[in-house]
Amino acid sequence: MGDLVAAIGNTPMVELPHLARSPRIRLFAKLEGANPTGSVKDRIARAMLEEARSGGTLRPGQTILEPSSGNTGISLAWIGAALGHPVRIVMPDNTTPEREQLLRLYGAEIVFSPGAEGSNGAIRMAQELAAADPSLFMPYQYGNPANPRAHEEGTGPEIVAAVPEVGLFVAGLGTGGTLTGVGRFLKRVRPGVRIVAAEPLPGEQVQGLRSLDEGFVPPVLDASILDDRYLVSNRDALVGVQRLIREEGVFAGLSSGAAIHVALRAAAEMDAGDVVVLLADGGWKYLSTGIYDHDPDELEAELDGRLLW
Amino acid sequence: MSNVRIPPVLRETVGGSRSVAAQGGTVNEVLTDLFATYPALRDRVTEAGELSPFVNVYVNDRDVRYRDGLATPVGPDDTVILLPAMAGGAR
Repeated sequence: MGDLVAAIGNTPMVELPHLARSPRIRLFAKLEGANPTGSVKDRIARAMLEEARSGGTLRPGQTILEPSSGNTGISLAWIGAALGHPVRIVMPDNTTPEREQLLRLYGAEIVFSPGAEGSNGAIRMAQELAAADPSLFMPYQYGNPANPRAHEEGTGPEIVAAVPEVGLFVAGLGTGGTLTGVGRFLKRVRPGVRIVAAEPLPGEQVQGLRSLDEGFVPPVLDASILDDRYLVSNRDALVGVQRLIREEGVFAGLSSGAAIHVALRAAAEMDAGDVVVLLADGGWKYLSTGIYDHDPDELEAELDGRLLW
Repeated sequence: MSNVRIPPVLRETVGGSRSVAAQGGTVNEVLTDLFATYPALRDRVTEAGELSPFVNVYVNDRDVRYRDGLATPVGPDDTVILLPAMAGGAR
């Protein structure tokens, strides 16, 4: 038996028979909330830190700095502390209180970035902090090849082991690491598989760009691996999480609701086949938002100014 | 007329509107119609007749780059969304 870090991955794959609308479509969910800190990001945090330590770019005791609106920061805080590294996370100031609580309980220091600038603002601030202080190590999930590699070598093979005939794979699009890594593996062993992204529709209040040039496409995203890309509103994601809990008893976070919404739309164009949806985290960090028991139409306006997935 | 949603970063080019109506059976025709009314939008959204890499265009929430690009059909009741290419959220 290994330690808690060895418990990352090998997450459950479960069938969602009530949400699959056609008897010829089988819908499966990979429950990444079963990872030790409760999200898929444990996989990439481990991969990025192990690689940096073995390659010598992360020295013993060196402070880790990373922009994250939640899950990656929590995973890095846990593994970083286990390996003896102080961890500093740059996080937009409009996420949920649960994320701040979790980061602090794993011992991380939080630097808040303006919520109106979204993830881009956190990335920019972290890059400035790292440039000003060379003693910091930034794993930089948006550009670190260990991010997609963790999925190409871990998540992808786990999916095929559980659902050998996977014909459609859907995941949320953030860094692009999950879609790129899983996509590369699946396309190698299952030619013809479709890789589909669920992308958050940014709220009006988190689109604080001053020019289009400030937009940002993460270097780890290989857009050519995708076969389709859907934009998902907070409302559709909310309906998705509520259907997951009510119809299947699966308690998942907001990006999972978006992924389910897209999986059902994309599956509606298939005659038959096996669909796998990656549910990136559990619902625990979203309880304070009321997304599980409120009317989606009432909540949508309130959520517009927050960064939730 | 399809409805075209304009992101905050581009609203100055359309007089501040959140969404505008435009005519056309494809993305290209809808954009051409828009550019006729709002010339300043053209250089922000296209580069040498192609979509700018900084802009994503969606028809009924689907990214047209994974469909037929500028030739993607647009129905009269469809919604076209223009967005800056951005990083995702809680990652």
